Amino acid sequence: MAKVWVYAEVGPDGPHPASLELLTKARSIADTVEAVALGPGATQTAVALGDHGAQTVFASDDPVYAEYLAQPAAHALVGLIEEHRPNMVLFATTYDSRDVAGRVQARTGSTLMSNATDVLSLDRVQTQIFGGATVVDVELSGPDPKLVLVRPKSFPAEPAGGTADVVEVNAEIPEDRKRARRAERHEEAAAGPKLEEARVVIAGGRGLQDPANFAILEELASAIGSAAVGATRAVVDAGWVPYSYQVGQTGKTVKPDVYIAVGISGATQHLVGMKGSKRIVAINKDPDAPIFKLADLGVVGDALKVVPKLIEEIKARKP
Amino acid sequence: MNLVVLVKYVPEPQGIPTLGEDFLVVREGVEGALDPGDEYAVEAALQLVEAHGGDVALVSMGPEGAMAALRRGLSMGADRGVLVTDPVLRGADILVTARVLAAAVRRGDYDLVLAGVESTDGSTGTLPMTVAELLEIPSATFARKVEVIDGSLRAERQTEAGYDVVESPLPALATVTGSAAEPRYPTLKGIMQSKQKPVEQLSVADLGLSTEDMESSQQVASVKAATVKGPGEVIEAGDEAASRIADILADAKVI
Repeated sequence: MAKVWVYAEVGPDGPHPASLELLTKARSIADTVEAVALGPGATQTAVALGDHGAQTVFASDDPVYAEYLAQPAAHALVGLIEEHRPNMVLFATTYDSRDVAGRVQARTGSTLMSNATDVLSLDRVQTQIFGGATVVDVELSGPDPKLVLVRPKSFPAEPAGGTADVVEVNAEIPEDRKRARRAERHEEAAAGPKLEEARVVIAGGRGLQDPANFAILEELASAIGSAAVGATRAVVDAGWVPYSYQVGQTGKTVKPDVYIAVGISGATQHLVGMKGSKRIVAINKDPDAPIFKLADLGVVGDALKVVPKLIEEIKARKP
Repeated sequence: MNLVVLVKYVPEPQGIPTLGEDFLVVREGVEGALDPGDEYAVEAALQLVEAHGGDVALVSMGPEGAMAALRRGLSMGADRGVLVTDPVLRGADILVTARVLAAAVRRGDYDLVLAGVESTDGSTGTLPMTVAELLEIPSATFARKVEVIDGSLRAERQTEAGYDVVESPLPALATVTGSAAEPRYPTLKGIMQSKQKPVEQLSVADLGLSTEDMESSQQVASVKAATVKGPGEVIEAGDEAASRIADILADAKVI
């Protein structure tokens, strides 16, 4: 009997959307599908997790999991793994889950596969390397459970209409695992639709030359309406916009109807976050920019001239 | 304060690495460098030592050519280096690499271990956490700022919504993003001095690890080119560019 677990990160709005995607996938490779949810609000997530296929949800609402980074969650998860022996544990590629998975691996001595884009069986996963140009199947060996970090939006989340049994987790967290404390939380969210949900994403890169020029992207987004503004790692690292804008390997994965890349050359780590977009438009001065290989329409030229014209055009077309 | 920075030598950091016939990334006989992501960690370490005093040690695992990455860090100003190199480590996975690095770090005193968020070639982003767990120390990943205040780590950790301030006693580990520190260019003096700095070269046996613990648990079964839609049309920016883009938006029914 194959048993696959999903580590379901608990957020302010319920389970992380990717955990529902992972449950949907888990149903196709295992008879027993269970989830682990730790932190305030965990018990409530059992409804959505059950609906997507979790037969059992191991849950704890203990605030210790939100207050201290990674160590308490890894400790509790290792305890549960030793008790219930799943064959595989799936995690969404998020910062918190990545931290927990990395720590669990050290304790279980089992393999940890990052950046999976598909889970083929209990010992085989698929990943894409070189910005998605190459697909690699990887065989996982060593002791169970196989630990797999899956990129969000790799599969759709489909409800199965089930109900989960909730098993309360009462893990004793040792004091020496309550160390790195979240002392403050700061929000720097942008106005408008969320990047992952917007139908149009307009992203800017170094080619915009100056942080002030990001304003034209915001202007374009509001002209379109259902659009969000994103950015490359380079400009986030340079401090032009907050990290919440970042699209790519270490940022968000987006699949909008239209992706407009402005002044973005197309570094591998950016492409993996947006290549699933339905339509891709790229504006860049450099005709050899790798982004053009992915674009349905590439415009070679100065974005600072093209974008204002596009805003005018959109305004003219709107009734 | 003793700082350790985990550094990696990566092949062709600005380009696309090559896969060998054994499906492993070709790491020897190609142009390589200190991973650009690690330069931020080296710089952050140097700034902490400039503010608080102490010592910066670089710890790396890789082929002998990886010495070039250590030299780069030493010429930026790090004090010494440790390179674990051993034929048995070819194709090592994250767990093996973490065991090696943790064992190398444990040989000395340390207050803070720094690393980049993820490597430019493997991009797994999990290695530092596995090292932290093996060392049984707390960690703050994804820090856009690291400080040591009254003997404790204070890090601004990027989150999907903004950032968290994380406080942790030392010893601890932190991974830093490109926002944490702008890497300095080595000066000529720094490059000259780096040649005199001690670099220890160790094997798996030197670390007291058994070859059993060095077995990789991930094997590439197949490699194929992804099916990608062919490149579309590329036009020069002109009067029609704006209307062509607007056509695409209209086609997607978003305007």
